[in-house]
Amino acid sequence: MTEVTLGGRSRTVDREAWVLRLALALMLAVMLAAIVLPLWSILSKSFEDRAGAFVGFANYARFFGTPALADSILNSLFVAGLTTLIVVPLAFVYAYALTRTCVPGKGLLTGIALVPILSPSMLPAIALVYLFGNQGMIRGLLLGESIYGPIGIVMGQVFYCFPHAVLILTTALSLADARLYEAAAALGTSRRRVFLTVTLPSAKYGLASAGFVVFTLVMTDFGIPVVIGGRFNVLAIDVYKQVMGQQNFQMGAVVAVVLIVPALASFVVDRIVQRRQVALLGARSVPLVPQPKPARDWAMLGFCAVVGAAILGILGTAIFASLVKLWPYNLTLGFSNYVFDDFDSDGWASYFNSLKMAAGAAVVGTAFVFTGAYLVEKGKSAGAARALFHLLAMVPLAVPGLVLGLAYVFFFNAPGNPLGGLYGTMALLAVCTVAHFYTVAHLTATTALKQLDPEFEAVSASLQVPFWRTFLKVTVPVCLPSIINIAIYLFVNAMTTVSAVIFIYTAQTKLASVAIVNMNDSGAIAAAAAMAVVVTATSAGVKLAETLVSRVLLRRTQRWRQR
Amino acid sequence: MNAVTGARPNGSDGRLPYLTVTGLEKRFGTFTALSDIDLEIRDGEFVCFLGPSGCGKTTLLRAIAGLDRQTRGTIIQAGRDISHLPPAQRDYGIVFQSYALFPNLTVAENIGYGLVNRRMDRRAIAARVEELLGLIGLLGSGPKYPAQLSGGQQQRVALARALATRPGLLLLDEPLSALDARVRLRLRGEIRDLQRRLGVTTIMVTHDQEEAISVADRIVVMNNGRIEQVASPETIYRSPSTLFVAGFVGTMNFLTGVRSAPGRVRLGAFDLRVPDDSAFASGQPCTACARPEDFIIRNVGHDTPNAIEATIEATEFLGAVVRARLKAPLLPQAPLVADFSLNAMTDLGLAPGRSVTVALPPERIRIFAGQPE
Repeated sequence: MTEVTLGGRSRTVDREAWVLRLALALMLAVMLAAIVLPLWSILSKSFEDRAGAFVGFANYARFFGTPALADSILNSLFVAGLTTLIVVPLAFVYAYALTRTCVPGKGLLTGIALVPILSPSMLPAIALVYLFGNQGMIRGLLLGESIYGPIGIVMGQVFYCFPHAVLILTTALSLADARLYEAAAALGTSRRRVFLTVTLPSAKYGLASAGFVVFTLVMTDFGIPVVIGGRFNVLAIDVYKQVMGQQNFQMGAVVAVVLIVPALASFVVDRIVQRRQVALLGARSVPLVPQPKPARDWAMLGFCAVVGAAILGILGTAIFASLVKLWPYNLTLGFSNYVFDDFDSDGWASYFNSLKMAAGAAVVGTAFVFTGAYLVEKGKSAGAARALFHLLAMVPLAVPGLVLGLAYVFFFNAPGNPLGGLYGTMALLAVCTVAHFYTVAHLTATTALKQLDPEFEAVSASLQVPFWRTFLKVTVPVCLPSIINIAIYLFVNAMTTVSAVIFIYTAQTKLASVAIVNMNDSGAIAAAAAMAVVVTATSAGVKLAETLVSRVLLRRTQRWRQR
Repeated sequence: MNAVTGARPNGSDGRLPYLTVTGLEKRFGTFTALSDIDLEIRDGEFVCFLGPSGCGKTTLLRAIAGLDRQTRGTIIQAGRDISHLPPAQRDYGIVFQSYALFPNLTVAENIGYGLVNRRMDRRAIAARVEELLGLIGLLGSGPKYPAQLSGGQQQRVALARALATRPGLLLLDEPLSALDARVRLRLRGEIRDLQRRLGVTTIMVTHDQEEAISVADRIVVMNNGRIEQVASPETIYRSPSTLFVAGFVGTMNFLTGVRSAPGRVRLGAFDLRVPDDSAFASGQPCTACARPEDFIIRNVGHDTPNAIEATIEATEFLGAVVRARLKAPLLPQAPLVADFSLNAMTDLGLAPGRSVTVALPPERIRIFAGQPE
């Protein structure tokens, strides 16, 4: 046997600790450049005049003093509020059916509810134009009202926000303690009273969270109003118009800062809600298993079927629209709208740009997100730096994509910025996208890492195995399911997002989502529908491939999970 | 077998200090977790850190491991000052309460984890892993995953992994507390046997006094971040050096009073004869301690020292002995707890309600200044 040298080690510096510190410092610098400095530049821009001199609140005063602009605040609040009032109850009943009843086909119903997540937000708006537009198939249902304006926006937003609310409420409603229901039943409580005293209170945080998330999504979405808003101005459109149309960057910055307010409020409420929600379900709770009740279950199935049909109907309309040669004059079906070169100078190139950008964001972004979360969770020294990193990782959730995109223009396009070389590159689009969706990815990674035994690193240190070996041999393989989730999340969002990238794309780096907006603007609405369908199909394909691949991959790499 | 380390002192009796802790202090903000820790652990010794939760025993273990660096003080292991070395540069194996087995690696890969980057060739590693699997009685389980093993088996794998690199020091952080009672009993015997066979200096943290007493060569009793007593299990039990140790290990009767005269402690209306302890001043409050088994009941007369009249309030059957709660009119503070053999119970017809005269031999009593908390 070979001599194991243990006594021979000299008192060297703690190399591993320095590697950890260096990695953390580098990643913090990236976070600073990708999130903090751009936001700082947009904030300072909103206090400057065109020449760059500090003018205090003058821009804000001008913004609130311009009736057209101030009106769009009310408009935004109105559509956001109305959408929230419609989506949350719909999603609540849908989630209730999925979690608390015995409706058949729960897997399928869940899948259908999540379909809108795979589409760019322009898709429902385009479909609505085909359904209710001036030459719409069923425009009579609007009783003479125009779809262009608040009606169209709200309808589109309901479609677009529905899956987000369903996800939150499903989580909230599945956290049920069966013992509470047994206790209520043992006391002879009526079903209505059980619902009011047990079910609703346990879901109230989820309801609040869903409400705020939907409200913020609507306030900050750009894709739906740009297609179907007509002359009904909302804040998200104002930012775009001020910057792209009038080149008034200062006013654009002001609107952007105003847009942060609801997002920030929603973020704070959500944090509080999350903290409370955890405490609701103790470790000793007994999970509630729904019992079959035919009447209720069939009623719920009917409800879900109607909602599901509406979702699939919108998607189907978009697909149909993309296949019809020239609505409503030439109804032959074909793929002529998919020959994008006929409608847009970039043709299919923008789609392949999107693929490249999404793949880059997914691969590099996931590596960065997971490593960052690892440093935050498993690091020992530099507590302040780790806390700062975690805080920075939370910021993007409170920043609408439009604001981040505009911030990137101000920061990376500023003369003298050493990072200016990035401006106009595909890399910057990927960085912006990862930064935009950073928080959810970071939290997913953190949750996965928290489930690991905290002593893995201590054990490897005692065995004189460097931490990076354990990171690659143990941490990453064990967290592989979450890592795949993060990559898919980043990919799908990179494919569908428009709000952040609309400001920083260039002729060479045009993305599919931007092409949808452009083609729709230029009247090629069928081609826009076709591109939206291609993007949706890509997201769905990736999602489907993930399910299949992970099943095989996980069976091979996660064999240890089986007992 | 090759020598494990060259640096280990190799005295003729092999009992030289292997680990010396001097003036150790650990503070978390304003909270002092450890203070004035001085400790010497001899080569090949099995030492238990025993104390209630929050007493600092795990903190001390983690300081020795380098996982939570001490605020002040030095740690010398095998003649080498390791006080400021990172964990990876120290020489120990560790087993945690949670086992911390790598779930995605097989049992064999877990055990061989520390061997892989030591420039050992693959066959040597496989042989060492096989040897360890034999040592822990899990031959043939090498290709299994940790989740396929029982808790006790997982714990043994963690032990084998810690021992694989032949460390000079084995640290066990509450290694048995996640197991059920039966497995715990068996495994603690196995750990003890293994430790004797390998002769590896071992420190085990536990809050279970019975566990500490049964496996340790010496016990370090800790409380509030300080060491109360370091001694063999028997000494800890028979001659606790502080009131805390007296109360923490085993069952104890605490009789509080004041020292009235040399060799006397006044307990209310009763004058207790105690071993002469000139360290106490007259009139000083103190506590006399006696174990339940120290009470005698046969051949007790009125001239027997410390004879006490009492009534049996209740009895608790413990097997070979019966634990009785006695109410003595002269000692109104608290009921006395006394153990009587089952024979004595039968022979003397002892039952709740009976009046008895018991005695406490003065030489069995230990007295401490102050009162128990």
